[in-house]
Amino acid sequence: MLSEEDKPGWKTIPIAGILLEPGSAMKYKTGDWRAFRPIIDQDKCINCLLCWIYCPDAAITRLEKFVDVDYDYCKGCGICANECPVKAITMVEEKR
Amino acid sequence: MSKIMGLTGDGAIAYAVKQSSVDVVAAYPITPQTLIVEEFSEFVHNGEVHTEFVCVESEHSAMSACVGASLTGARVFTATASQGLALMHEIMYIASSLRCPIVMGVVNRALSAPINIHCDHSDMMGSRDCGWIQIYGENAQEAYDWVVQAFKIAEDPSVLLPVTMNIDGFILSHSLEGVEVLDDEDVKRFVTTRKPVLRVDPDKPITVGALCLTDYYFETKRQQFEALEETTKVIDRVNKEYKILTGRRYGFVDSYGLEDAEAAILCLGSTAGTAKTVAGELRSQGKKVGVIKPWVYRPFPREEIMKALGGLKALAVLDRSCSFGAPYGALCSDVVGMLYQNGKELNVFNVIYGLGGRDMTPFDIEAIFNEALEVAETGLVKEPLKFIGVRE
Repeated sequence: MLSEEDKPGWKTIPIAGILLEPGSAMKYKTGDWRAFRPIIDQDKCINCLLCWIYCPDAAITRLEKFVDVDYDYCKGCGICANECPVKAITMVEEKR
Repeated sequence: MSKIMGLTGDGAIAYAVKQSSVDVVAAYPITPQTLIVEEFSEFVHNGEVHTEFVCVESEHSAMSACVGASLTGARVFTATASQGLALMHEIMYIASSLRCPIVMGVVNRALSAPINIHCDHSDMMGSRDCGWIQIYGENAQEAYDWVVQAFKIAEDPSVLLPVTMNIDGFILSHSLEGVEVLDDEDVKRFVTTRKPVLRVDPDKPITVGALCLTDYYFETKRQQFEALEETTKVIDRVNKEYKILTGRRYGFVDSYGLEDAEAAILCLGSTAGTAKTVAGELRSQGKKVGVIKPWVYRPFPREEIMKALGGLKALAVLDRSCSFGAPYGALCSDVVGMLYQNGKELNVFNVIYGLGGRDMTPFDIEAIFNEALEVAETGLVKEPLKFIGVRE
Protein backbone atom coordinates (compact mmCIF):
# COMPACT_ATOMS: atom_id res chain seq x y z
CA MET A 1 0.00 0.00 0.00
CA LEU A 2 1.19 3.50 -0.83
CA SER A 3 1.52 5.98 1.99
CA GLU A 4 -0.81 9.02 1.94
CA GLU A 5 1.90 11.32 0.54
CA ASP A 6 2.82 8.89 -2.22
CA LYS A 7 -0.71 8.42 -3.53
CA PRO A 8 -1.38 10.28 -6.78
CA GLY A 9 -3.46 13.48 -6.63
CA TRP A 10 -6.47 14.59 -8.65
CA LYS A 11 -4.31 15.94 -11.46
CA THR A 12 -2.77 12.57 -12.27
CA ILE A 13 -5.39 9.92 -11.49
CA PRO A 14 -7.35 8.52 -14.46
CA ILE A 15 -10.69 10.24 -15.14
CA ALA A 16 -13.95 9.09 -13.55
CA GLY A 17 -12.28 6.71 -11.08
CA ILE A 18 -11.66 4.29 -13.97
CA LEU A 19 -9.21 1.45 -13.39
CA LEU A 20 -7.09 1.04 -16.49
CA GLU A 21 -5.68 -2.41 -15.76
CA PRO A 22 -7.93 -5.43 -15.23
CA GLY A 23 -7.72 -7.77 -12.25
CA SER A 24 -6.66 -5.11 -9.77
CA ALA A 25 -9.02 -6.50 -7.11
CA MET A 26 -6.29 -9.10 -6.49
CA LYS A 27 -4.16 -6.32 -5.05
CA TYR A 28 -6.75 -5.52 -2.43
CA LYS A 29 -6.11 -8.08 0.28
CA THR A 30 -9.40 -8.22 2.09
CA GLY A 31 -8.28 -10.87 4.60
CA ASP A 32 -7.68 -8.24 7.25
CA TRP A 33 -11.43 -7.72 7.57
CA ARG A 34 -11.54 -11.13 9.31
CA ALA A 35 -12.65 -11.44 12.94
CA PHE A 36 -12.69 -15.26 12.95
CA ARG A 37 -10.16 -17.47 11.18
CA PRO A 38 -11.17 -20.86 9.75
CA ILE A 39 -8.74 -23.59 10.76
CA ILE A 40 -8.94 -26.81 8.72
CA ASP A 41 -8.11 -30.07 10.38
CA GLN A 42 -6.58 -31.71 7.34
CA ASP A 43 -6.72 -35.19 8.94
CA LYS A 44 -10.51 -34.89 9.13
CA CYS A 45 -10.93 -33.32 5.66
CA ILE A 46 -12.50 -35.76 3.15
CA ASN A 47 -11.86 -33.41 0.20
CA CYS A 48 -15.59 -33.23 -0.65
CA LEU A 49 -15.09 -29.60 -1.80
CA LEU A 50 -18.38 -28.35 -0.34
CA CYS A 51 -16.43 -25.49 1.31
CA TRP A 52 -14.81 -24.70 -2.05
CA ILE A 53 -18.27 -24.50 -3.66
CA TYR A 54 -19.89 -22.47 -0.88
CA CYS A 55 -17.09 -19.95 -0.26
CA PRO A 56 -18.58 -16.58 -1.40
CA ASP A 57 -15.08 -15.33 -2.22
CA ALA A 58 -12.53 -17.66 -3.82
CA ALA A 59 -10.61 -18.19 -0.60
CA ILE A 60 -10.59 -22.00 -0.51
CA THR A 61 -7.62 -23.47 -2.37
CA ARG A 62 -7.79 -27.01 -3.71
CA LEU A 63 -4.81 -29.18 -2.94
CA GLU A 64 -4.39 -32.79 -3.97
CA LYS A 65 -5.89 -34.55 -0.92
CA PHE A 66 -7.46 -31.76 1.07
CA VAL A 67 -8.25 -28.04 0.95
CA ASP A 68 -6.53 -24.98 2.37
CA VAL A 69 -7.57 -21.39 3.11
CA ASP A 70 -6.19 -18.36 1.29
CA TYR A 71 -5.94 -16.03 4.28
CA ASP A 72 -5.10 -13.03 2.06
CA TYR A 73 -8.74 -12.92 0.95
CA CYS A 74 -10.75 -15.01 3.47
CA LYS A 75 -13.04 -12.58 5.34
CA GLY A 76 -13.93 -15.14 7.99
CA CYS A 77 -17.65 -15.47 7.25
CA GLY A 78 -17.72 -19.04 8.54
CA ILE A 79 -19.87 -20.51 5.78
CA CYS A 80 -17.23 -23.18 5.11
CA ALA A 81 -17.29 -24.29 8.75
CA ASN A 82 -21.08 -24.39 8.68
CA GLU A 83 -21.20 -26.50 5.52
CA CYS A 84 -18.39 -28.94 6.31
CA PRO A 85 -20.09 -32.36 6.73
CA VAL A 86 -17.26 -33.80 8.89
CA LYS A 87 -16.74 -30.70 11.10
CA ALA A 88 -13.14 -30.37 9.94
CA ILE A 89 -13.25 -26.56 10.05
CA THR A 90 -13.33 -24.56 13.27
CA MET A 91 -13.58 -20.77 13.54
CA VAL A 92 -10.99 -19.30 15.88
CA GLU A 93 -11.01 -15.68 16.99
CA GLU A 94 -8.30 -13.57 15.34
CA LYS A 95 -5.75 -12.16 17.76
CA ARG A 96 -4.04 -9.06 16.39
CA MET B 1 -27.65 25.98 -47.49
CA SER B 2 -30.24 26.28 -44.80
CA LYS B 3 -34.03 26.42 -44.86
CA ILE B 4 -36.82 27.69 -42.63
CA MET B 5 -39.11 25.08 -41.10
CA GLY B 6 -42.15 25.48 -38.89
CA LEU B 7 -41.13 23.70 -35.72
CA THR B 8 -42.18 23.59 -32.09
CA GLY B 9 -39.47 23.80 -29.43
CA ASP B 10 -39.73 20.05 -28.96
CA GLY B 11 -39.77 19.53 -32.74
CA ALA B 12 -36.66 21.68 -33.13
CA ILE B 13 -34.81 19.50 -30.61
CA ALA B 14 -36.02 16.27 -32.26
CA TYR B 15 -34.92 17.59 -35.68
CA ALA B 16 -31.47 18.59 -34.41
CA VAL B 17 -31.06 15.11 -32.89
CA LYS B 18 -32.17 13.53 -36.18
CA GLN B 19 -29.46 15.44 -38.05
CA SER B 20 -26.74 14.72 -35.47
CA SER B 21 -26.33 10.99 -36.32
CA VAL B 22 -27.21 9.76 -32.83
CA ASP B 23 -26.46 6.08 -32.14
CA VAL B 24 -28.73 5.48 -29.14
CA VAL B 25 -31.84 7.19 -27.79
CA ALA B 26 -33.32 5.77 -24.59
CA ALA B 27 -36.26 7.84 -23.44
CA TYR B 28 -39.59 7.74 -21.69
CA PRO B 29 -42.32 10.16 -22.70
CA ILE B 30 -43.53 12.77 -20.21
CA THR B 31 -45.48 16.01 -20.76
CA PRO B 32 -44.33 18.48 -22.09
CA GLN B 33 -41.32 16.63 -23.51
CA THR B 34 -43.54 14.04 -25.25
CA LEU B 35 -43.29 15.60 -28.71
CA ILE B 36 -39.52 15.06 -28.76
CA VAL B 37 -39.88 11.33 -28.15
CA GLU B 38 -42.90 11.01 -30.46
CA GLU B 39 -41.29 12.84 -33.35
CA PHE B 40 -37.98 11.06 -32.95
CA SER B 41 -39.63 7.62 -32.82
CA GLU B 42 -41.32 8.55 -36.09
CA PHE B 43 -37.90 9.23 -37.66
CA VAL B 44 -36.81 5.79 -36.44
CA HIS B 45 -39.96 4.10 -37.76
CA ASN B 46 -39.61 5.76 -41.15
CA GLY B 47 -35.99 4.70 -41.45
CA GLU B 48 -34.81 8.32 -41.58
CA VAL B 49 -32.23 7.61 -38.87
CA HIS B 50 -30.20 4.56 -37.90
CA THR B 51 -30.59 5.11 -34.18
CA GLU B 52 -31.13 2.29 -31.67
CA PHE B 53 -34.30 3.50 -29.94
CA VAL B 54 -34.70 1.91 -26.52
CA CYS B 55 -38.23 2.00 -25.10
CA VAL B 56 -37.59 1.90 -21.37
CA GLU B 57 -40.02 1.53 -18.49
CA SER B 58 -38.99 4.65 -16.56
CA GLU B 59 -36.69 7.66 -16.63
CA HIS B 60 -34.40 5.93 -14.14
CA SER B 61 -33.95 3.18 -16.72
CA ALA B 62 -33.67 5.72 -19.55
CA MET B 63 -30.72 7.49 -17.92
CA SER B 64 -29.15 4.16 -16.91
CA ALA B 65 -29.36 2.92 -20.50
CA CYS B 66 -27.84 6.19 -21.70
CA VAL B 67 -24.89 5.80 -19.29
CA GLY B 68 -24.27 2.25 -20.52
CA ALA B 69 -24.52 3.28 -24.17
CA SER B 70 -22.28 6.30 -23.69
CA LEU B 71 -19.62 4.16 -22.01
CA THR B 72 -19.40 1.99 -25.12
CA GLY B 73 -18.51 5.09 -27.13
CA ALA B 74 -21.93 5.72 -28.68
CA ARG B 75 -23.48 9.13 -29.34
CA VAL B 76 -26.46 9.29 -26.97
CA PHE B 77 -29.55 11.44 -26.51
CA THR B 78 -32.50 11.42 -24.15
CA ALA B 79 -35.15 13.87 -23.02
CA THR B 80 -37.34 14.37 -20.01
CA ALA B 81 -39.17 16.85 -17.77
CA SER B 82 -40.28 17.42 -14.20
CA GLN B 83 -40.94 14.16 -12.30
CA GLY B 84 -38.98 12.29 -14.96
CA LEU B 85 -35.92 14.41 -14.30
CA ALA B 86 -36.39 13.94 -10.57
CA LEU B 87 -36.45 10.17 -11.11
CA MET B 88 -33.24 10.41 -13.14
CA HIS B 89 -31.51 12.46 -10.45
CA GLU B 90 -29.54 9.53 -9.02
CA ILE B 91 -28.21 8.40 -12.39
CA MET B 92 -27.50 11.95 -13.55
CA TYR B 93 -24.71 12.13 -10.97
CA ILE B 94 -23.37 8.80 -12.23
CA ALA B 95 -23.47 10.03 -15.85
CA SER B 96 -21.34 13.08 -15.09
CA SER B 97 -19.08 11.28 -12.60
CA LEU B 98 -18.32 8.51 -15.11
CA ARG B 99 -17.66 11.27 -17.68
CA CYS B 100 -20.39 10.11 -20.08
CA PRO B 101 -21.18 12.55 -22.87
CA ILE B 102 -24.97 12.47 -23.22
CA VAL B 103 -27.22 15.22 -24.55
CA MET B 104 -30.58 15.56 -22.83
CA GLY B 105 -33.50 17.80 -23.72
CA VAL B 106 -35.13 19.02 -20.53
CA VAL B 107 -38.51 20.62 -21.11
CA ASN B 108 -38.84 22.53 -17.87
CA ARG B 109 -41.99 21.80 -15.90
CA ALA B 110 -43.09 22.26 -12.30
CA LEU B 111 -42.62 19.50 -9.75
CA SER B 112 -45.47 17.87 -7.82
CA ALA B 113 -47.35 18.37 -5.52
CA PRO B 114 -49.88 19.61 -6.45
CA ILE B 115 -49.46 17.98 -9.83
CA ASN B 116 -48.92 20.53 -12.59
CA ILE B 117 -47.75 20.15 -16.17
CA HIS B 118 -46.73 23.75 -16.90
CA CYS B 119 -43.45 25.58 -16.95
CA ASP B 120 -41.12 26.45 -14.17
CA HIS B 121 -37.47 25.64 -13.54
CA SER B 122 -37.88 23.65 -10.31
CA ASP B 123 -37.00 20.41 -12.07
CA MET B 124 -33.58 21.44 -13.41
CA MET B 125 -32.74 23.62 -10.40
CA GLY B 126 -33.31 20.58 -8.20
CA SER B 127 -30.55 18.79 -10.11
CA ARG B 128 -28.32 21.81 -10.70
CA ASP B 129 -25.40 20.38 -8.71
CA CYS B 130 -25.34 17.13 -10.70
CA GLY B 131 -22.19 18.04 -12.64
CA TRP B 132 -23.84 18.49 -16.05
CA ILE B 133 -23.34 21.39 -18.43
CA GLN B 134 -26.71 23.21 -18.34
CA ILE B 135 -27.96 25.41 -21.17
CA TYR B 136 -31.21 27.39 -21.31
CA GLY B 137 -32.78 28.44 -24.62
CA GLU B 138 -34.99 31.45 -25.24
CA ASN B 139 -36.82 30.05 -28.29
CA ALA B 140 -37.00 27.07 -30.65
CA GLN B 141 -34.17 28.41 -32.81
CA GLU B 142 -31.83 28.49 -29.83
CA ALA B 143 -32.92 24.98 -28.84
CA TYR B 144 -32.05 23.68 -32.32
CA ASP B 145 -28.74 25.53 -32.48
CA TRP B 146 -27.59 24.51 -29.02
CA VAL B 147 -28.47 20.82 -29.44
CA VAL B 148 -26.29 20.61 -32.56
CA GLN B 149 -23.47 22.31 -30.64
CA ALA B 150 -24.12 20.25 -27.49
CA PHE B 151 -23.00 16.95 -29.06
CA LYS B 152 -19.73 18.54 -30.14
CA ILE B 153 -19.17 20.09 -26.72
CA ALA B 154 -20.10 16.99 -24.69
CA GLU B 155 -17.98 14.58 -26.72
CA ASP B 156 -14.85 16.72 -26.93
CA PRO B 157 -12.00 14.64 -25.39
CA SER B 158 -11.26 17.42 -22.92
CA VAL B 159 -14.92 17.68 -21.84
CA LEU B 160 -16.58 14.23 -21.72
CA LEU B 161 -19.52 15.53 -19.74
CA PRO B 162 -23.27 15.39 -20.29
CA VAL B 163 -25.33 18.42 -21.32
CA THR B 164 -28.92 19.42 -20.62
CA MET B 165 -30.69 21.64 -23.14
CA ASN B 166 -33.47 23.36 -21.22
CA ILE B 167 -36.54 24.84 -22.86
CA ASP B 168 -39.62 26.23 -21.14
CA GLY B 169 -42.47 23.73 -21.07
CA PHE B 170 -45.40 24.60 -23.39
CA ILE B 171 -44.21 28.22 -23.80
CA LEU B 172 -41.49 26.90 -26.11
CA SER B 173 -42.09 23.16 -26.34
CA HIS B 174 -45.50 23.46 -27.99
CA SER B 175 -45.25 26.83 -29.75
CA LEU B 176 -44.66 26.77 -33.47
CA GLU B 177 -41.87 29.01 -34.76
CA GLY B 178 -39.97 29.52 -37.95
CA VAL B 179 -36.65 27.78 -37.32
CA GLU B 180 -33.68 28.05 -39.65
CA VAL B 181 -32.27 24.55 -39.96
CA LEU B 182 -29.03 23.48 -41.58
CA ASP B 183 -28.60 20.92 -44.32
CA ASP B 184 -28.18 17.36 -43.07
CA GLU B 185 -24.70 17.23 -44.59
CA ASP B 186 -23.61 20.47 -42.89
CA VAL B 187 -24.68 19.16 -39.48
CA LYS B 188 -22.96 15.85 -40.16
CA ARG B 189 -19.72 17.61 -41.02
CA PHE B 190 -20.04 19.91 -37.99
CA VAL B 191 -20.72 17.25 -35.35
CA THR B 192 -18.53 14.59 -37.03
CA THR B 193 -18.54 11.18 -35.30
CA ARG B 194 -17.69 10.55 -31.69
CA LYS B 195 -14.13 9.49 -31.03
CA PRO B 196 -14.17 7.97 -27.54
CA VAL B 197 -11.06 8.29 -25.39
CA LEU B 198 -11.80 5.45 -23.01
CA ARG B 199 -14.60 3.02 -23.60
CA VAL B 200 -15.92 -0.30 -22.42
CA ASP B 201 -14.25 -2.74 -24.79
CA PRO B 202 -13.88 -6.52 -24.19
CA ASP B 203 -10.56 -6.54 -26.04
CA LYS B 204 -9.10 -3.84 -23.81
CA PRO B 205 -10.76 -4.23 -20.43
CA ILE B 206 -11.09 -1.39 -17.96
CA THR B 207 -13.08 -1.19 -14.72
CA VAL B 208 -15.76 1.50 -14.53
CA GLY B 209 -17.66 2.32 -11.36
CA ALA B 210 -15.33 0.58 -8.92
CA LEU B 211 -15.54 1.17 -5.18
CA CYS B 212 -13.61 4.27 -4.19
CA LEU B 213 -13.51 5.11 -0.50
CA THR B 214 -11.74 7.64 1.69
CA ASP B 215 -8.44 7.20 -0.14
CA TYR B 216 -9.44 8.35 -3.66
CA TYR B 217 -13.08 9.55 -3.76
CA PHE B 218 -12.23 13.17 -2.86
CA GLU B 219 -9.61 13.28 -5.64
CA THR B 220 -12.13 12.09 -8.24
CA LYS B 221 -14.59 14.81 -7.18
CA ARG B 222 -11.92 17.51 -7.19
CA GLN B 223 -10.99 16.42 -10.70
CA GLN B 224 -14.65 16.48 -11.75
CA PHE B 225 -15.08 20.02 -10.40
CA GLU B 226 -12.18 21.17 -12.55
CA ALA B 227 -13.49 19.25 -15.57
CA LEU B 228 -16.74 21.24 -15.57
CA GLU B 229 -14.85 24.54 -15.15
CA GLU B 230 -12.56 23.61 -18.05
CA THR B 231 -15.48 23.10 -20.45
CA THR B 232 -15.68 26.87 -21.00
CA LYS B 233 -12.79 26.74 -23.48
CA VAL B 234 -14.54 24.13 -25.63
CA ILE B 235 -17.96 25.81 -25.39
CA ASP B 236 -16.34 29.04 -26.59
CA ARG B 237 -14.55 27.28 -29.47
CA VAL B 238 -17.69 25.41 -30.60
CA ASN B 239 -19.72 28.66 -30.45
CA LYS B 240 -17.17 30.30 -32.75
CA GLU B 241 -17.19 27.38 -35.19
CA TYR B 242 -20.98 27.44 -35.22
CA LYS B 243 -21.00 31.16 -36.00
CA ILE B 244 -18.80 30.53 -39.03
CA LEU B 245 -21.27 27.87 -40.21
CA THR B 246 -24.53 29.71 -39.49
CA GLY B 247 -23.77 33.34 -38.82
CA ARG B 248 -25.55 32.99 -35.49
CA ARG B 249 -23.57 34.13 -32.48
CA TYR B 250 -23.79 32.13 -29.29
CA GLY B 251 -21.84 32.48 -26.08
CA PHE B 252 -22.21 32.13 -22.33
CA VAL B 253 -24.35 35.21 -21.94
CA ASP B 254 -26.74 37.11 -24.19
CA SER B 255 -27.27 40.75 -23.30
CA TYR B 256 -29.46 43.61 -24.45
CA GLY B 257 -29.06 47.32 -23.82
CA LEU B 258 -26.19 46.83 -21.41
CA GLU B 259 -23.97 49.40 -23.11
CA ASP B 260 -25.66 52.21 -21.14
CA ALA B 261 -28.18 50.49 -18.85
CA GLU B 262 -28.48 51.55 -15.24
CA ALA B 263 -31.00 48.87 -14.28
CA ALA B 264 -31.33 45.37 -15.71
CA ILE B 265 -33.17 42.08 -15.44
CA LEU B 266 -31.19 38.84 -15.37
CA CYS B 267 -33.21 35.73 -16.20
CA LEU B 268 -33.15 32.37 -17.98
CA GLY B 269 -35.11 31.04 -20.94
CA SER B 270 -38.14 32.42 -22.72
CA THR B 271 -38.76 35.20 -20.17
CA ALA B 272 -35.69 36.95 -21.56
CA GLY B 273 -37.54 37.40 -24.85
CA THR B 274 -40.42 39.22 -23.15
CA ALA B 275 -37.95 41.22 -21.07
CA LYS B 276 -36.06 42.36 -24.20
CA THR B 277 -39.30 43.52 -25.83
CA VAL B 278 -40.34 45.49 -22.75
CA ALA B 279 -36.80 46.87 -22.37
CA GLY B 280 -36.94 48.06 -25.99
CA GLU B 281 -40.16 49.98 -25.33
CA LEU B 282 -38.83 51.51 -22.13
CA ARG B 283 -35.56 52.45 -23.80
CA SER B 284 -37.51 54.29 -26.52
CA GLN B 285 -38.97 56.33 -23.64
CA GLY B 286 -35.44 57.15 -22.53
CA LYS B 287 -35.28 54.68 -19.63
CA LYS B 288 -31.86 53.08 -19.37
CA VAL B 289 -32.73 49.41 -18.90
CA GLY B 290 -31.25 46.18 -20.17
CA VAL B 291 -31.46 42.38 -20.05
CA ILE B 292 -28.85 39.73 -19.22
CA LYS B 293 -29.66 36.17 -20.23
CA PRO B 294 -27.17 33.45 -19.34
CA TRP B 295 -27.32 30.79 -22.04
CA VAL B 296 -25.00 28.60 -20.00
CA TYR B 297 -26.07 28.16 -16.38
CA ARG B 298 -23.49 25.51 -15.45
CA PRO B 299 -20.60 26.11 -15.43
CA PHE B 300 -21.85 29.44 -14.08
CA PRO B 301 -20.34 32.05 -16.44
CA ARG B 302 -18.97 34.36 -13.76
CA GLU B 303 -16.48 36.19 -15.94
CA GLU B 304 -18.97 36.85 -18.75
CA ILE B 305 -21.76 38.02 -16.43
CA MET B 306 -19.35 40.30 -14.55
CA LYS B 307 -18.35 41.81 -17.91
CA ALA B 308 -21.99 42.22 -18.98
CA LEU B 309 -22.89 44.12 -15.79
CA GLY B 310 -21.04 47.19 -17.08
CA GLY B 311 -22.17 50.35 -15.30
CA LEU B 312 -25.35 48.88 -13.79
CA LYS B 313 -26.64 50.40 -10.57
CA ALA B 314 -29.41 47.89 -9.93
CA LEU B 315 -30.13 44.33 -10.97
CA ALA B 316 -33.33 42.28 -10.68
CA VAL B 317 -32.65 38.54 -10.81
CA LEU B 318 -35.67 36.47 -11.85
CA ASP B 319 -36.00 32.93 -10.57
CA ARG B 320 -38.64 30.60 -11.99
CA SER B 321 -38.22 28.23 -9.06
CA CYS B 322 -38.30 28.48 -5.31
CA SER B 323 -35.45 27.40 -3.04
CA PHE B 324 -37.44 26.78 0.10
CA GLY B 325 -35.69 28.15 3.16
CA ALA B 326 -32.85 29.78 1.21
CA PRO B 327 -32.14 33.54 1.25
CA TYR B 328 -32.65 33.74 -2.54
CA GLY B 329 -33.73 31.61 -5.47
CA ALA B 330 -31.02 29.43 -7.06
CA LEU B 331 -30.04 31.83 -9.84
CA CYS B 332 -29.93 34.85 -7.54
CA SER B 333 -27.80 32.98 -4.99
CA ASP B 334 -25.29 32.34 -7.74
CA VAL B 335 -25.34 35.97 -8.86
CA VAL B 336 -24.94 37.36 -5.35
CA GLY B 337 -22.15 34.88 -4.60
CA MET B 338 -20.40 35.89 -7.81
CA LEU B 339 -20.70 39.62 -7.00
CA TYR B 340 -19.31 39.11 -3.49
CA GLN B 341 -16.49 36.92 -4.82
CA ASN B 342 -15.52 39.72 -7.23
CA GLY B 343 -15.84 42.49 -4.65
CA LYS B 344 -18.54 44.18 -6.73
CA GLU B 345 -21.13 46.24 -4.91
CA LEU B 346 -24.41 46.19 -6.77
CA ASN B 347 -27.96 46.51 -5.48
CA VAL B 348 -29.70 43.24 -6.28
CA PHE B 349 -33.21 42.04 -5.64
CA ASN B 350 -34.68 38.67 -6.40
CA VAL B 351 -38.08 38.04 -7.98
CA ILE B 352 -39.69 34.61 -7.79
CA TYR B 353 -42.16 34.31 -10.66
CA GLY B 354 -44.09 32.01 -12.94
CA LEU B 355 -44.36 28.90 -10.78
CA GLY B 356 -46.51 26.17 -12.31
CA GLY B 357 -46.79 28.07 -15.60
CA ARG B 358 -48.20 31.33 -14.18
CA ASP B 359 -47.81 33.90 -16.97
CA MET B 360 -45.07 36.47 -16.76
CA THR B 361 -46.73 39.39 -18.55
CA PRO B 362 -45.04 42.43 -20.12
CA PHE B 363 -46.79 44.50 -17.39
CA ASP B 364 -45.09 42.43 -14.67
CA ILE B 365 -41.74 42.93 -16.40
CA GLU B 366 -42.35 46.66 -16.74
CA ALA B 367 -43.09 46.88 -13.02
CA ILE B 368 -39.84 45.05 -12.25
CA PHE B 369 -37.86 47.40 -14.52
CA ASN B 370 -39.46 50.42 -12.83
CA GLU B 371 -38.62 49.03 -9.42
CA ALA B 372 -35.05 48.36 -10.53
CA LEU B 373 -34.79 51.94 -11.85
CA GLU B 374 -36.01 53.19 -8.48
CA VAL B 375 -33.40 51.07 -6.71
CA ALA B 376 -30.76 52.47 -9.10
CA GLU B 377 -31.82 56.00 -8.20
CA THR B 378 -32.22 55.65 -4.45
CA GLY B 379 -29.61 52.96 -3.82
CA LEU B 380 -32.09 51.23 -1.52
CA VAL B 381 -33.43 47.70 -1.90
CA LYS B 382 -36.77 47.57 -0.10
CA GLU B 383 -37.49 43.90 -0.68
CA PRO B 384 -34.49 41.64 -1.38
CA LEU B 385 -36.78 38.71 -2.23
CA LYS B 386 -40.26 39.12 -3.60
CA PHE B 387 -42.92 37.09 -5.35
CA ILE B 388 -44.61 38.53 -8.40
CA GLY B 389 -47.83 37.38 -10.11
CA VAL B 390 -49.18 35.52 -7.07
CA ARG B 391 -52.46 36.37 -5.31
CA GLU B 392 -52.16 37.52 -1.71
